[in-house]
Amino acid sequence: MASGYDRALSVFSPDGHVFQVEYAGEAVKRGTCAVGVKGTDVVVLGCEKRSAMKLQDTRITPSKIGLLDTHVCLAFAGLNADARILVDKARLESQSHRLNLEDPVTIEYITKYVAGVQQRYTQSGGVRPFGISTLIVGFDKGSEQPRLYQTEPSGIYSAWKANAIGRSSKTVREFLERNYKEDMDREATVRLAIKSLLEVVQTGAKNIEIAIMAPGKPIEMLPVEDIESYVKNIEQEKQEEAAKKKTGRTPGTGSAAILTRGAQGESSEQ
Amino acid sequence: MPCRHIQPQWAEAGWGPFVGLQQAWSVGGRCPCAQAEAPTLQITTTTTPFDTDNAKMEVLLGITGKDFTLIAASKAAMRGATILKAADDKTRQLNKHTLMAFSGEAGDTVQFAEYIQANAQLYSMRNETDLSPSALANFVRGELASSLRSRKPYNVNLLLGGVDPITHKPSLYWLDYLASLAPVPYAAHGYAQYYCLSLLDKHHQPDITLERGMELLKLCSDELKRRLPIDFKGMVVKAVTADGIKEMPFDDTEVVKGT
Repeated sequence: MASGYDRALSVFSPDGHVFQVEYAGEAVKRGTCAVGVKGTDVVVLGCEKRSAMKLQDTRITPSKIGLLDTHVCLAFAGLNADARILVDKARLESQSHRLNLEDPVTIEYITKYVAGVQQRYTQSGGVRPFGISTLIVGFDKGSEQPRLYQTEPSGIYSAWKANAIGRSSKTVREFLERNYKEDMDREATVRLAIKSLLEVVQTGAKNIEIAIMAPGKPIEMLPVEDIESYVKNIEQEKQEEAAKKKTGRTPGTGSAAILTRGAQGESSEQ
Repeated sequence: MPCRHIQPQWAEAGWGPFVGLQQAWSVGGRCPCAQAEAPTLQITTTTTPFDTDNAKMEVLLGITGKDFTLIAASKAAMRGATILKAADDKTRQLNKHTLMAFSGEAGDTVQFAEYIQANAQLYSMRNETDLSPSALANFVRGELASSLRSRKPYNVNLLLGGVDPITHKPSLYWLDYLASLAPVPYAAHGYAQYYCLSLLDKHHQPDITLERGMELLKLCSDELKRRLPIDFKGMVVKAVTADGIKEMPFDDTEVVKGT
């Protein structure tokens, strides 16, 4: 590992890797999961929230979802402290853009800017890369078209219909690939975001955070009770599906053990 | 060069301290001009701030009441003897509860106001909370004070009105290009001061309703039309309340005959 090519940041290893940037990618993978899903007229950000400790004041603990401007929202996975710096730079750029151009930033512009800052920190001396990936969502001024972009520590940015970053992002992304549908309304979009997060969040509603953006409206943070009802609904559906599968499989398997368990499960549900 | 630091007439009226002037005056108890003119290095006169007559012809009025602050600004954009535009809006919204009206040198005014607006909005985005009107007024004063001591100071006079988002107390701040700051119950800038302050001295009460506030503005507007030998093309009137800022209908088509 310590081959000497991971000391100075801006030095290539002989096989073309910049190790520090790849380590930053590792920091992202250790961060809590975040998903973004586009619907027809909304875009939803979902976040896995760390369980708060007993004495922590959750009301004033900063969230992983933040506003860059009234119409742009950012969620990140990775090092919280690094994100603060990046978010602050993006907010400054948003207001600066408004002042100089008399127009709010487009989502693509601010994504490019964020990615640009991240790239700069992979090629300058005396700095380390940002250990975060971000999902940037929102609506351009006068547009009804939802936008969803991702940025990475290397400075890569890309546009998505639905995507996940952070811990177990691969699992969640694959789930989204299987379940994403075109033309989802607000309800379906929120539901898909929560359902995908439930793939990796065991503790349920209290560890999920949902932000909804709609054109020309301020950001809406979904209240915990609402998330809870979604979660309950999803879990019930999952159970029903599982029960259906079991009953469907029963004749084929012919296992007495499974039969009994299935029967018990059904009786307890009724 | 005549001294520019004339103490405004109502400095003694007990409407709070003139922060800007007080600081300057406190240096040895003399007018800051005495100090400013002492250095041998003389900067050309164009770099020192000056009060253009044009700026004085622009009307800015502000009135506070029970639960609101009213701000009115003349609609004429002037250059020399010419009116370039008759529907100019000399106000900028800084955040949900704060409005700033400005007059002064063309270009400086909008540039400065939008700079302040951008900073107010940046603060709101960064902190997920708005700055209070008093905090903003002091911020603006700071910016004006550092501008005043720069090579090319902004020549801008301001009224800053707002309603505190928490206490719902209305407030109004009078600021000028010399970075004076005064919290006042009612205020005016330019020649309008000579006509309106006396009217407001007589008729203003701290607990007036919004309707009464609009009546007072009408009173001021009529008096200006009667006595001010300038057609300022009527006024834009905006009200700041706990619900936010809204433009008020204000009829300024009526011709007022002189006495």
